[in-house]
Amino acid sequence: MTRRYGERVALRDVTLTLPAGATLVVFGPNGAGKSTLLRVLSTLLRPHAGTARVLGRTLPDEGWAVRGRVGLLGHAPLLYRDLTGRENLLFHARLHDVALERADALLAQVGLARRAEDKVHTYSRGMVQRLAVCRAVLHDPELLLLDEPGANLDPAAREIVEPLIGAGSGRTRVVTSHDPAGGLADADVALGLRDGAAALLAPAREVDPAQVGALYR
Amino acid sequence: MRRAVGAVLRKDLRLELRAPQAVPAMALFSVTTFVVFHFAIQRGQVEGDLASGVLWVTLLFAAMLGTSRLFVADHEEGGLDGFLLAPVDRTALLVAKAISMFAYLAVVEIVAVPAFAIMLLGPTPDVAALAQLVAVLALADAGVALVGTMVGALAVQTRARDLLVPLLALPLLIPVVIAAAKATTPLLAAATGDVGARWLLMLGLYDLVFGLLAYAVFDFLVED
Amino acid sequence: MLYGTRLRALALLTAVTLTAGFALAFFYAPMDADQGFMQKIFYVHVPLAIVALCGFVFGGIMGIQHLRTREQRYDLRSYVAIHLSLVLGAGVLITGAIWAKASWGHWWVWDEPTLVSFLIVFLLYATYQPLRFSIEDPERQARYASVFAVVAGAFVPLNFLAVRLAQSYTHPRVFATTNGGLPDKMKLAFYVCLLGMAALYVTLWKYEMASKHTSAQLRSLRRKLGGEDDVAPRGRTAAPSLGTSR
Repeated sequence: MTRRYGERVALRDVTLTLPAGATLVVFGPNGAGKSTLLRVLSTLLRPHAGTARVLGRTLPDEGWAVRGRVGLLGHAPLLYRDLTGRENLLFHARLHDVALERADALLAQVGLARRAEDKVHTYSRGMVQRLAVCRAVLHDPELLLLDEPGANLDPAAREIVEPLIGAGSGRTRVVTSHDPAGGLADADVALGLRDGAAALLAPAREVDPAQVGALYR
Repeated sequence: MRRAVGAVLRKDLRLELRAPQAVPAMALFSVTTFVVFHFAIQRGQVEGDLASGVLWVTLLFAAMLGTSRLFVADHEEGGLDGFLLAPVDRTALLVAKAISMFAYLAVVEIVAVPAFAIMLLGPTPDVAALAQLVAVLALADAGVALVGTMVGALAVQTRARDLLVPLLALPLLIPVVIAAAKATTPLLAAATGDVGARWLLMLGLYDLVFGLLAYAVFDFLVED
Repeated sequence: MLYGTRLRALALLTAVTLTAGFALAFFYAPMDADQGFMQKIFYVHVPLAIVALCGFVFGGIMGIQHLRTREQRYDLRSYVAIHLSLVLGAGVLITGAIWAKASWGHWWVWDEPTLVSFLIVFLLYATYQPLRFSIEDPERQARYASVFAVVAGAFVPLNFLAVRLAQSYTHPRVFATTNGGLPDKMKLAFYVCLLGMAALYVTLWKYEMASKHTSAQLRSLRRKLGGEDDVAPRGRTAAPSLGTSR
């Protein structure tokens, strides 16, 4: 599958298959195409050539069928700063036709229940990230697309969100990471991107962290 | 889809109430413009076609201000992606934003029209004329809201957003100006008359055509 | 696809038709009793207007095709059509002003709905290129430009209707004078001029398409021969890119 940006090719002929419930970790320097890959899989971007099959559906034509079943946690938290944490989640809950109580349950689970009625612009970065995690899993997606999920989270917070978006959540996951050892530990398949092309693709247990490091040189 | 429209509308109205961007600016702009007009056309009182013209030019330019802000919050805070990820029809965004714009215009008119009547209008329209004025405003606002939503969605992704909005929207809105101004003239005249039905018809036709157009092209403006 | 074929024949045809049309207009068609010699500008003004408007609508149709198929070539066709029509449109306004001055003594009059509508349409399409230029991502630029082309194309008839309704009608009706129609000689001259203008538009359109395709192919070949570094990256531009092989 290929995705262009003008004359520059952001993703070139990336081909892979991921079974359900498995985790794919994506490594690569900035600009390698990691975020583009996630955005294409989430249906926000269309592939310019080739096909992507997500959850049994072909993109871009059947993107509408996939949307409610995929959760994206990107660099941008996708939250409105002038709304409260709770209002943000309720907005997404209504869009996804999810019971409003689930928003409250998730807020409690990540430890934001006390600050739920405060506007998002008063949150620390870690709190924003935790709220973004709630938003991403609010509609109980089968596929999680996580762009450096651990960023801005201290170890305690990472433990809190682990059951929601971690390997223990039971969902199929595509995770981008800059941490070779940690990323490989949680994953089943590893993909290394460089300049938009797949420089490395193998089961995670066969990959050495040094190989990942080589991508960055 | 109604659910999605409701969700977006609630969010937008709540945001506007809490951190007002568009409505106060539009209302203030209108009143200020009336003052500017007083000095520019050097009259203490206007009536008939001149009154109609001053009112519509002011409302139109106030609408341009509002249109520029319509999608900005979504674009800057990534909210548009949040909407695009949801399993809802994109058209819901069009409907919700157009309704928001219509609501903003209605609120601004509630301030601006009485201000206009007090500051510049000579004759006092009777109740029948006022009722017809409301009808004209409603039809015209619908057209402005539709065009504004389309142009706003288009312009928000460009670099010269504030410049492009009026450049694109004003020519497209000229038929609205034509019909609305002609329709309002007899209502604001010394001897009030009735609106010509043909102008209401033209506004209605315009709303219909642009409604269909907006429905047809909006998807292409928000997706990637 | 080669765009350069038949260009020479087409250009020749255009030159012949236009010359014939103008010759007919000058020597064959009778002088208009009311407006005198200046009326002859109508043989340029009206065909320009008709061809320009058709060009805008054609640009809109190409826009629809681009949105439906997402194929780059429709966007290029739309772009060339619109920007040629804009140039012709400037000609319409200038010749219209000359005609107005000669006929009514003013460089601009608001009484003619067709000219006023044309001005509005011109102002609208004049934003097409700045709009394109302000969007960097080429794919989005093309998509938004097509949306614009479609909306503006649909707007053209609506606008003409609206302005006509609004104004008292004093524009001399070209096809019906007081005695019920253009005299035959005038009709002939007019139609030949119209044909000539249409041929001119098509020729210019094909020339520009050929030129753009050739430059794109050249870039593509240089890239293949010399590698990416041999070709300077295109800066920000309003013109559609033809990209690499697509």
